[in-house]
Amino acid sequence: MKIKITTLAITGLVLISCLESCKPKNTSNAVSGDAGAKAYVAPGKHDEYYNFVSGGFSGQMSVYGLPSGRLLRVIPVFAVDPEKGWGYSEETKAMLNTSHGFVPWDDLHHTQLSKTEGEIDGRWVFGNGNNTPRVARIDLSTFRTSEIIELPNSAGNHSSPFITENTEYVVAGTRFSVPSDNANGDVAINTYKQNFKGYLSFISVDKKDGKMDIAFQIECPGVNFDLSRAGKLKSHGWFFFSCYNTEQANTLLEVNASQRDKDFIMAVNWKKAEEYIKAGKGKKMPTKYAHNTYSDVTHSATSEIKTEVLVLDSKELADICYMIPCPKSPHGCDVDPTGEYIVGSGKLAAIIPVFSFDKIQSAIAAKSYDGDYQGIPVIKYEAALYGEVKKPGLGPLHTEFDGKGNAYTSFFVSSEVVKWNIKDLTVVDRAPTFYSVGHLCIPGGDTRTPSAKYLIAYNKITKDRYLPTGPELAQSAQLYDISGDKMQLILDFPTIGEPHYAQAAPAAIIEKGQIKIFKIADNKHPYVAKGEGESKVVREGKVVHVYMTSIRSHFAPDNIEGIKLGDEVYFHVTNLEQDWDVPHGFAIKSAINAELLIMPGETQTLKWIPDRVGIVPIYCTDFCSALHQEMQGYVRVSPANSSVPLSFSVGKNSSEVPASK
Amino acid sequence: MLNFVLQNISNKNQQNTSMKKIMLIATISVSALLTACGGDTEKTTDTKGEAPKSMVSDPQTYDPKRGEGKWTAESLALKEQLDETWIASGESISGVKCTSCHKMTDEKLVGPGWKGVTQRRTPEWIMNFITNPDPMIDKDPEAQAMLELCLVRMPNQSLSDTEARNILEYMRKLDSTK
Repeated sequence: MKIKITTLAITGLVLISCLESCKPKNTSNAVSGDAGAKAYVAPGKHDEYYNFVSGGFSGQMSVYGLPSGRLLRVIPVFAVDPEKGWGYSEETKAMLNTSHGFVPWDDLHHTQLSKTEGEIDGRWVFGNGNNTPRVARIDLSTFRTSEIIELPNSAGNHSSPFITENTEYVVAGTRFSVPSDNANGDVAINTYKQNFKGYLSFISVDKKDGKMDIAFQIECPGVNFDLSRAGKLKSHGWFFFSCYNTEQANTLLEVNASQRDKDFIMAVNWKKAEEYIKAGKGKKMPTKYAHNTYSDVTHSATSEIKTEVLVLDSKELADICYMIPCPKSPHGCDVDPTGEYIVGSGKLAAIIPVFSFDKIQSAIAAKSYDGDYQGIPVIKYEAALYGEVKKPGLGPLHTEFDGKGNAYTSFFVSSEVVKWNIKDLTVVDRAPTFYSVGHLCIPGGDTRTPSAKYLIAYNKITKDRYLPTGPELAQSAQLYDISGDKMQLILDFPTIGEPHYAQAAPAAIIEKGQIKIFKIADNKHPYVAKGEGESKVVREGKVVHVYMTSIRSHFAPDNIEGIKLGDEVYFHVTNLEQDWDVPHGFAIKSAINAELLIMPGETQTLKWIPDRVGIVPIYCTDFCSALHQEMQGYVRVSPANSSVPLSFSVGKNSSEVPASK
Repeated sequence: MLNFVLQNISNKNQQNTSMKKIMLIATISVSALLTACGGDTEKTTDTKGEAPKSMVSDPQTYDPKRGEGKWTAESLALKEQLDETWIASGESISGVKCTSCHKMTDEKLVGPGWKGVTQRRTPEWIMNFITNPDPMIDKDPEAQAMLELCLVRMPNQSLSDTEARNILEYMRKLDSTK
């Protein structure tokens, strides 16, 4: 029936397509302003770009195709995902380990594609955990999270995971300042000014395998670090962090952190910091943080708790950090493709200040300071300023660049994207968003050479844009064609969770490195069964290990007896398939657990504690062949004192001789 | 033209009932039709998602004795004398990738038993089939007849040339002993 309906639908589609394509070409289908055609990607065709979108409070990262806005994958990162067994299989549990134990959720705000020479290299994408401060690295050959590192001395990781031009460092600035890990944290909250500190973490990334390590941290005065960007070309070697609550308020920040006319963008000379580390100026500080890595060889994660971090003091080493006054609670802090201009966006401001890297350097050389902020020199506003964009809109947040001399800034309060010229600081175009736009993305928008065909706006509110779905409505992205002088809205598409920052890359950069299967010969999982001949069930006291294989369309073994109440059973399922797009699923009736989804050549383990006597079905959950519904088996559970011997088989019916040797 | 599409879909349905596959075929059918309409021919013959086509793709020239793929009797150049190292390696690889579905006897499990296979098929047909199963299942009359019996398409197990050759040697060994 289902097939018939599909056939009818296809027939309809075919007829429509035929009519369209058989129609003689006329002026109406040559109109370049046809938004539908611009975002249309025909069935079976691929998109031009991958869009890696933060999943916000879903804790995950989603991958969309552009310009179609089709959802291609949700990559589980910081939150458990029963569909993929992420955080449920024995192999993946360690990925969500922290110094607090297993944390099943987080809030992922920003994505960053790895770069070489300031351009996207297609190797990894990073994401930040905003709640339990963490940074994740996702391998783009498998679209899976390979590594998660926790950040000590931090409380909320917002200004992250921004990276330097060659992915030398991923940074993480703490959103909440708190007393450092090794200080006595049992202090009055209103001693913020004395006891609270803000830490910036510089996480090094190994050029070969991407392995992350906290190279050093910089201890700064207690403020809220918000967003950050690395310098590029001439400003390579510098990092820029926006900070608010320089009033150091500890209550009602809505009012108390908005007192000052100006907060700061903090410029950090990380090359200088490296010199100090080399010179032994870093202090080893005791702390505790988790570092989790996933291996595609053992198909398992390991979690290591580290106990020390190297810290530089911004006050003692005065030439690492400089404060640049920035009006009205700066949020976005974005560096243009030339590396010369740093755009600050004060959430409450009615102007956009643009700072000049050259002027900042001259100001530092000439010591044009306006005193200091808790030991950090404050550069005179005018000495750092290139100029201000006047009356651009209300509530500027984030800026992306097109590489043609223009900047695009989102305005939350006035719900619009404003295009302006960097050199002469004039507004060129504006387009409304629906509604309350946060971040923007231009493919390669933070590289030296952006690919300025599309701009995507990620909105916080959708109100009347989609069919209503109760009190909570879809969050969304909007796609604009920016190839011409005027921005043109061409597509709305809903997103998972709440989208914050996102990045996009040409498909060709990422497609080429895809892994289609894991070679079964290379599988070093301790419980792998390489072929049905190796499938078995082994009892070790009350623990039972099932070495199981799956191939279209049966499990081996698929009949297991002699399991008793009180046993702890581990199903180690190896998928023997060696063909692309043939995962097998594995589920146990009423297990207090999720399913497994096992990729070709991989082994994954599901833990099961039987809770009653009886026959328990097991089955494949991922439609694998015409006989998928036949891919099932039974486990017999007997009472604790039963004398039923442990046995297992496949292809052995009661009246027959064994079908396998 | 409509009949062509429906027939095309229903023919294929006998082979694949998986929804994924149906959608793929639908795509191909739409593309085929667009081409027939004189639409954008350059871009509508996309076969993404299908197994790669080999050099021999014209059904007119299809040789059912040889199958479709890179192997020929000449390129194989089988020797009378069996290679014991290859046999041992073939047995171990088939333990990982084949014996879940094939028995060494003439009994069918998921797929046919291997006994007598080297008499039923030419060595180059076997080599082509195990390294290039999808195009052959789509084209080869013998492979299609087996699919009607077994209903599961033989998976592509990503055998390297050496692995496939060793498995063939193991099959020859099985057939040479009583």
